[in-house]
Amino acid sequence: MSRITPDPSFYATAAQAAAAAPEQLAYVATIGVGDNGNSPPDALGVLDLDPGSSSYGRIVNRVEMPNVGDELHHFGWNACSSALCPWMPHPHVERRYLVVPGLRSSRVYVLDTGDDPQNPRIVKTIEPEEIARRTGYSRVHTVHCGPDGIYVNALGNPEGDGPGGIFVLDHDTFQVKGTWERDRGPQELAYDFWWHLGYDRVITSEWGTPKMIEAGANPELLLDNKYGHKLHVFDMKRRRHVQEIELGAEHQMVLELRPAHDPAEAYGFSGVVVSTADLSASVFLWERRTDGGFAARKVISIPAEPADPDLLPEALKQFGAVPPFVTDIALSVDDRSLYVSCWGTGELRRYDVSDPRNPRETGSVRIGGMVNNSPHPAAGPVNGGPQMVELSRDGRRVYLTNSLYRSWDDQFYPDGIRGWLVKLDAGQTARSLWIPTCLSNSPTVSGPTRSACRAATPRPTPTASPTEPDQWRPCLSSPSRCSAPTMG
Amino acid sequence: METLPLVTVALLGAYHGLNPAMGWLFAVGLGMQDRDRRSVLRALPPIAAGHELAIALVATLVVGAGLLADPRPLKLGAAAVLIGFGIFRFAKPRAHPRWTTMRVTRKELAWWSFLMSSAHGAGLMVAPILLGIGGAESAHAHTGHTHDHPDAAMGLADAALAITVHVAAMLAVMGLVALAVYEKLGLTSLRKAWINSDQFWAAAFLVAGTVTLIS
Repeated sequence: MSRITPDPSFYATAAQAAAAAPEQLAYVATIGVGDNGNSPPDALGVLDLDPGSSSYGRIVNRVEMPNVGDELHHFGWNACSSALCPWMPHPHVERRYLVVPGLRSSRVYVLDTGDDPQNPRIVKTIEPEEIARRTGYSRVHTVHCGPDGIYVNALGNPEGDGPGGIFVLDHDTFQVKGTWERDRGPQELAYDFWWHLGYDRVITSEWGTPKMIEAGANPELLLDNKYGHKLHVFDMKRRRHVQEIELGAEHQMVLELRPAHDPAEAYGFSGVVVSTADLSASVFLWERRTDGGFAARKVISIPAEPADPDLLPEALKQFGAVPPFVTDIALSVDDRSLYVSCWGTGELRRYDVSDPRNPRETGSVRIGGMVNNSPHPAAGPVNGGPQMVELSRDGRRVYLTNSLYRSWDDQFYPDGIRGWLVKLDAGQTARSLWIPTCLSNSPTVSGPTRSACRAATPRPTPTASPTEPDQWRPCLSSPSRCSAPTMG
Repeated sequence: METLPLVTVALLGAYHGLNPAMGWLFAVGLGMQDRDRRSVLRALPPIAAGHELAIALVATLVVGAGLLADPRPLKLGAAAVLIGFGIFRFAKPRAHPRWTTMRVTRKELAWWSFLMSSAHGAGLMVAPILLGIGGAESAHAHTGHTHDHPDAAMGLADAALAITVHVAAMLAVMGLVALAVYEKLGLTSLRKAWINSDQFWAAAFLVAGTVTLIS
């Protein structure tokens, strides 16, 4: 599993990554849904994204998991550009294994995409007992390839309580090496984690313990501001907690963390699902101060939208408004555009964050939503709302899926979520963000399953082929049948 | 001291200077992080010092053992260590201490370099030369310079000279490459030009061990 030259999908700079060839395939987690305990297993779908292919925009393969009820979540690669980090370079390892965690089952699957990217094979399963024995953690959530191992985090312990935290897998054998934190300080809740490698800092965020989330969002806990509302900063070398950043108790559920890709910069964005003060959602900016500590400030606030209580799910009827519920955010590789998913109102917003302290809204697309039910321009009615966002490296294509977490899907979309994956095109000018209307770009719906979580792109070809900035191709196939409305 | 062993240690030093994993890439990374060429230059001496320390450690062991033990068992022992290390590098090409991050003091940088050089076997590779392998042969060729014990290990002064030449060559090459990459070339070419030398390096230990054994 060693290469002679560096893996062509490792990039020394963000600009190199952005200039690489476009993605040809994506992987998407689909969640098995059934009634009366009769669910099919979750699966990893393989999506053809080659515009020249006859199966473009379709799921061309599904790899079913051997167990039922895993609730696959934020999966990641065994190796990435962090293999080039200058103090511990391993440029000749291969980016070929997907590490796929089950948020409900606490199982981790390792799939090999190397032999045939369209037919990944499960080559290893890490059982929850092994993770619990070696780390004390359970409910495995997010995977990031790091310089010295594969970092994985978890929401809590096997009993369903806190603390949640990070553990490490061996790069080569995928063996569970142990708990990452030496001193977690006051950190108890977990959700996401990421880092500023150039500054030795790991940032973590807070959702809730397994008991707080597995039966759906608990309105009492929420109104008591018991869900997470802080960021934590760890020293990466010493693995010690160094700072807690309070965002304000009303800012409930601090989820996705998106640090700047430029390693010389030490700022990033974090999405907050809902404020108990006014049901708004927000995005916070964290940044390193000159004294080396970190500070956070609210830079985006998205208000709730008034709605007829009859149209709202049970948990929200009393409020007469639909909260935006920012559940995912994505930062473009050039650190200029921030995409914000509003899963409740059914909207994807784009902000220009070239000046990170002063984001400017530059686009909005409506699709789905609890009340609006905005249709897809080609495929018609859809349900659920924009949830996971994945951006192409060049920042020109946006992929959305609509499922959050099964019990929360059922709570806020009681009619049941039918899975879709939608592609948007992103232009270079203000407000040019749209859903192509060619049918071949229509949502991908596959049987009794829902799409969830993130699409990840496999090894692109190493040749750099940046497209001309002003030559937008509104639709990637059959141009004669397409139109490109600029939404929002 | 003869020229051939000095050329050999200089070439080995140049090879280590050229290897991105031994330090120049770290120096460039620190320069890019600080957006300052001075950070590249500042990183080089501690990295070279750590490397020198790794070699000096092995040299001390070899020269010390040379004072105590007969040349023959010393060579057998060195050959066994070299071949064993070569097999280990074949089996685990990525084994090394997983330590440090981008924020390093000069002391930490030197310690990092010492750990990496030791794990890489940089000092071990110099051992055969210090033991007089190759040097002994050229001593025979020069009839006017007959050593009393042509097969014996180098003395302290010669070993110090060999280490100094090695590290000077390493520092010179590392500095040139680091500055060229930082100022002109950039990191793009590295993505294609960085050839995996793990197997070559592991094989070099087997060769060095075998030569030590049969010489």
